[in-house]
Amino acid sequence: MLPPMSLPRLLAVALLACLPVLAAGKTLRYASQDDPQTLDPHSANLLATSRLTANVYEPLVWRDREWKVIPWLATSWTQPNDRTWRFRLREGVKFHDGSPFTADDVVFSVERALSPTSQLKVALQGVEKAVKVDALTVELVMREPNPVLLSHMTNFRIMSKAWAEKFGALRPQDYTAKEDTYAARNANGTGAFMVKERQTDVRTVLVAHRDWWGHKAGKNEGNVTEVVLLPIKSNATRLAALLSGEVDFVIDPPTQDVARLRAAPGLKVQEGGELRVQYIAFDVFRDDLLYGKAGGKNPFKDIRVRQAVAHAIDTEAIRSKVMRGYSRPLGSILTPGVQGYAADADKRLPHDRERAKRLLAEAGYPDGFEVTLDAGNVQPAADIAQAVAVMLSQVGIKVRPNIVPQSNYFPKIEKYDTSFYVLSWGAGVTADALYTLQALLHTVNKKGEGDFNMGRWSNARMDELIQQLQVEKDQAKRDAITREALLLVGRDLPIVTIHQPLIPWAMKKNVSAWFSPVNTVYFYKVRVD
Amino acid sequence: MIAFVIRRMAQGVIVMLVVGFIAFSLFNFVGDPVSLMLPPEATQADRQAMRENLGLDKPFYVQFATFASNAVQGNFGISLRLGRPVSTLLVERLPATLELAFVAATLALVVGIPLGVYTGLNRNSWLSRVFLTVSLIGVSLPTFLIGIFLILIFAVWLGWLPSFGRGDTVMVGGWSTGFLTGSGLKALILPSITLGLFQLTLIMRLVRSEMLEVLRTDYIKFARARGLTNRAVNFGHALRNTLVPVITITGLQLGAIIAFAIITETVFQWPGMGLLFIQAVQFADIPVMAAYLCLIGFIFVVINLVVDMLYYFVDPRLRIDTGAAGGH
Repeated sequence: MLPPMSLPRLLAVALLACLPVLAAGKTLRYASQDDPQTLDPHSANLLATSRLTANVYEPLVWRDREWKVIPWLATSWTQPNDRTWRFRLREGVKFHDGSPFTADDVVFSVERALSPTSQLKVALQGVEKAVKVDALTVELVMREPNPVLLSHMTNFRIMSKAWAEKFGALRPQDYTAKEDTYAARNANGTGAFMVKERQTDVRTVLVAHRDWWGHKAGKNEGNVTEVVLLPIKSNATRLAALLSGEVDFVIDPPTQDVARLRAAPGLKVQEGGELRVQYIAFDVFRDDLLYGKAGGKNPFKDIRVRQAVAHAIDTEAIRSKVMRGYSRPLGSILTPGVQGYAADADKRLPHDRERAKRLLAEAGYPDGFEVTLDAGNVQPAADIAQAVAVMLSQVGIKVRPNIVPQSNYFPKIEKYDTSFYVLSWGAGVTADALYTLQALLHTVNKKGEGDFNMGRWSNARMDELIQQLQVEKDQAKRDAITREALLLVGRDLPIVTIHQPLIPWAMKKNVSAWFSPVNTVYFYKVRVD
Repeated sequence: MIAFVIRRMAQGVIVMLVVGFIAFSLFNFVGDPVSLMLPPEATQADRQAMRENLGLDKPFYVQFATFASNAVQGNFGISLRLGRPVSTLLVERLPATLELAFVAATLALVVGIPLGVYTGLNRNSWLSRVFLTVSLIGVSLPTFLIGIFLILIFAVWLGWLPSFGRGDTVMVGGWSTGFLTGSGLKALILPSITLGLFQLTLIMRLVRSEMLEVLRTDYIKFARARGLTNRAVNFGHALRNTLVPVITITGLQLGAIIAFAIITETVFQWPGMGLLFIQAVQFADIPVMAAYLCLIGFIFVVINLVVDMLYYFVDPRLRIDTGAAGGH
């Protein structure tokens, strides 16, 4: 079953099939647990979707292997004033249907990504509108300054205006509508791959975009000309498909099977660090424990108790036992690779049970207390909650892990209905400190700041530092501000960081891919030999 | 007769309404789809806006009323996971599930009945004992384990059959079929065995016990006394009389096969309605779950209606009875 295709695309596909140039191309059969929810680049901001759209649609600015921002569909940019960014667009870029890429497409895509049903408004944080200057120049007008706009914009992808108008896909999917939009099942980007076939939950076939500008610009590092994306929900079946040779690549092998895959002939495992941090956090707001028993007091308001918890957690044991080696213990809320990470602020309190017990006694809890630790039922959060419960019981804190489905967990902690919780935070979106600090550590307000500060920690100096980061443009000064913020977190411990997870990818020995910090495969960098 | 059918249809509508209502009252517990539709890093304002947009902030009976009034107009809403109309998704997935169920049921009948006859006739042969022992596996092993074993043996070790998916399909008038391609047929083998094994052993054991029962009756002894051949006695007289309960059970089991193909479909990534449903549950995709449960309710209502009507035709006593009593 083929999705309906427009005539130009049909022709393009047919043409592609006839070309001898690509006859030597390779096919990559790629399996993942979840199917992309949609093909629309402005609809669902979810990993399964962006893994596909990132190969089909392109941003104005993108990242290199060091994760630094580089020109992509825009070749250069200037900032005439605080409220304006001016982008010069690349010449000779073509959409999959053969039409040229111009400023109109950028203006249209900005409007589309800022429309109410878009879930990628964050990719244009602070932007009010886009204005066409000439065919290849666009200005973004800012509602408020955003010094890290370029980082955000790496997730803002361009769609063809003419195509969207032709097929009535002017806005991203509205989930209360009766019909789905054309762009949910069809795609027309400028990217290295175009969608040839799309069957939800069955397979999606991508073929190389022959007129991709990247071929001439030397961006093509791979030799794959066709990619078959196969969603396989069951862990056992997904691995069986890899072992039997029916797929070449599995992006999400279950951690417990990685050792076996490593030993399997013909297969290899490649790992990399995602820009994500796993942590536990305390309710430091209430005067009494909501879930637990501590004699009418909230022990987590005492810094010594928070220090005791940090001393009691053995991150090395979590690494080797829970994560089977697939983690990097971390003492900072930012991982290496995020702008602003400071090595001297990445220090954990050492694992020391005696010291933890002493601190608890000093704080007035010589016999410990009882508390419930909340976690979502996703791995590794659930296993970490179990492990932390055991480790804290060794110093006298009786912890009851409360593991609930992910779809119940977020509504729960969002209402601050927790005393103690496990969470992970991904900074890959911007790879900049501001995003993380603002969401996790700013005092809760109604403007979206402190949205993930479920423990409602509030520190005037931290708020001040975040405000400075919102306007400061000089990178060295930004890094210094960030360092101070990280040291402040390390001293006051509103959260205790555990580790950065390492992500294994499993593949046949003849496949080589580049591990990106957002756990996504870029097919133009994949080789099959 | 027509009054009977109309009454049963009316009852069917009530059944589906009740199914829908109970389903909606349970959806409160599957959690909040918004927390899965948005990235973990989404702001609270975004989440709240989406919840209000979808009407999830309203109490469940209001959500149910909205769903029911839309469903009556043929609008089952948009899947929250895939952003596509639920009715389109169900129509797309129905062929996969029905083909799988059909093959599994056929397999169960074609293998189950002869095995049941054989084990019934040759009660003490060693082969019968082997069949009965092996059939215990079919009854007692959970489906997902059987599926994984089959994948391990035939896909990973031997490499003969595919471990997942439906192979290539061909569109025949809006119906995607796997019967017309080699890879489609190959892909059917393992899932249909997995799905049909339980029914197969059930039918085999049912036929066997019915055969044992019937073979003791007077009319079998009389048939033998008449000097009929073994074949005529065993198949013409004995088997035919065992088939009435077998047909009843098979009819009801067909509903069960369609409704509970969920596990088999998940293990084999079979793109049917069951897989759609299980993914909907994990995503708290309320429109898909509601429509699927109502559809399954409908299938059971129809099957029960057909079975009841079959009784009506097959058993003359029932007709006289209801005629005298004025319906029941």
